[in-house]
Amino acid sequence: MSGRRAQSLALNLALAGGAALTLAPLLWMVSASFMPAGQTNSLPPHLLPAPPVLDHYRALFARLHLARAFANSTTIAVSATMLAVLINGMAGFAFAKLRFAGRDRIFRLLLIGLVIPVQVGMLPLFLLFKSLGLVNTLAGAAIPSCATIFGIFMVRQYALGIPDELLDAARIDGASEARIFFAIALPQLKPILVTLGLFTFLSTWNDFLWPLVILSDDAKYTLPVALASLSGEHVQDTELMMAGAVLTVIPVLVVFLILQRHYVRGLLAGGVKG
Amino acid sequence: MGGERHAGWGFAAPALFLIVTCFFLPVAAGLLLSLTDFDIYAVASPDTARFVGLANYGRLLADPVFRQALGNTLYFVVVGGPLSVAVSLAAALLLASKLARFPTFYRSVYFAPVVTTLVAVAVVWRYLDHPRYGLLDQALGAIGIRPIDWLGDPHWAMPAIIVLAVWKNFGYNMLILIAGLQRIPDELYEAAALDGAGWWSRFRHVTLPGLGPMLLFVSVLTMLGNFQLFAEPYVMTQGGPLRSTTTLVMLMYEEGFRWWRMGHAATIACLHLVMMLAGTLLHLRMQHEAR
Repeated sequence: MSGRRAQSLALNLALAGGAALTLAPLLWMVSASFMPAGQTNSLPPHLLPAPPVLDHYRALFARLHLARAFANSTTIAVSATMLAVLINGMAGFAFAKLRFAGRDRIFRLLLIGLVIPVQVGMLPLFLLFKSLGLVNTLAGAAIPSCATIFGIFMVRQYALGIPDELLDAARIDGASEARIFFAIALPQLKPILVTLGLFTFLSTWNDFLWPLVILSDDAKYTLPVALASLSGEHVQDTELMMAGAVLTVIPVLVVFLILQRHYVRGLLAGGVKG
Repeated sequence: MGGERHAGWGFAAPALFLIVTCFFLPVAAGLLLSLTDFDIYAVASPDTARFVGLANYGRLLADPVFRQALGNTLYFVVVGGPLSVAVSLAAALLLASKLARFPTFYRSVYFAPVVTTLVAVAVVWRYLDHPRYGLLDQALGAIGIRPIDWLGDPHWAMPAIIVLAVWKNFGYNMLILIAGLQRIPDELYEAAALDGAGWWSRFRHVTLPGLGPMLLFVSVLTMLGNFQLFAEPYVMTQGGPLRSTTTLVMLMYEEGFRWWRMGHAATIACLHLVMMLAGTLLHLRMQHEAR
């Protein structure tokens, strides 16, 4: 069937073309970050660095304190991720498997919150954090990410699948609820907790508006805030900015590539069941 | 079992405490804040703020800058949203086809922009959009299109931001739609083919109805996300040229955190919320009528 073969060829060409278009900006970013200063502003355009140099990466670390922003981003993303996994994990399990007064009503109220954008509460939250001394601290940037409605929802949907007999058997054996959670529920919940951790890490690392609002001193800036501020001062230094963009993007891309199958599961948990 | 009841509350308490203090209470306070003239003096001593009723709302709705920001945001939502969903659907159809080679590889490639840092890729696109050296105009030049000053021309700045946003986001909806396509039974396509249905007719009568609820979910999600446009114009255009890319969230940020007019900023945030809710209801209504 030659019609089918032509169709297959067209389809696969379209896929390859789409992939080239999708990757081009990212590949150009990496390539330009190794170009000598000014090479991106030459005609005809260079696609590859000639010769490749590390000057911009050195400048970012030596002069522009990007290592500090890298450390701040890492601290915020890692601590928010660990806390979010524990706090949302416990709550999601409770909403699915522990009977307590008002449980279902509270859960429905939480779901209403999913459609309210965070910006509505951002101004009062800033004033609250100001009165608590959390403005311009890494903790202030991380705390709002430590418990999320979506995180609780995700864990709850998954935890509904844990058989009650498993928990009741442990109760009859006299295990405390805390012990049941850590020894029995946690191992069962592990896959969804990895997904939740990945989501939290990516979203806190990439977050911009809240860190921009809460962090006022450049010693506390996260990578996206530092990069946005640098890009205002160094508009002409294309190659330098590309090196900064690479440093910001590479960690999340690597984490994603290692854990990508967990990401897809979480996305579908929200999409299919939600 | 009393132990279980107490444990239930105990396990949920840390999360509920954080969500109530960092989200629900601030949202309620935000609604109240929009009824006051809370300004830079009130930031220092909150008792100087006064209740002004709906005065902020009246002033804002008459303010040309607000109207322009509203128009820009709606432009991005109404043009960028459907475009983004259409690209996602096209990519999903290609990838879900049985003729596709290496679908997992392509899936990862198409998804890669989604996980990248928005600020970083906005910086990259600012240079791609350069009228003289940017790759975009170079590529367009190769097919005979004259260079466009994307970010310097008030008519082209928002389209440039839409292009970036579609590139960055289409992979997310694509993944959800692929899952939806895989749930449509093959027999439906076979039956349609037996009836002599062509490609378009199968798409129209099997694929689209089969995706129905998923397409609605994806559209609502995209709309809610697009209403929050902020980082792209902040990095690429600072809201310009001639305020052509100033969005509602950007205006809220400027009013609230640059000029400390928190009453005004809260009013913008509340109107923003109302519009997002209205948009969601509109989607549900349209879905209802399509049935």
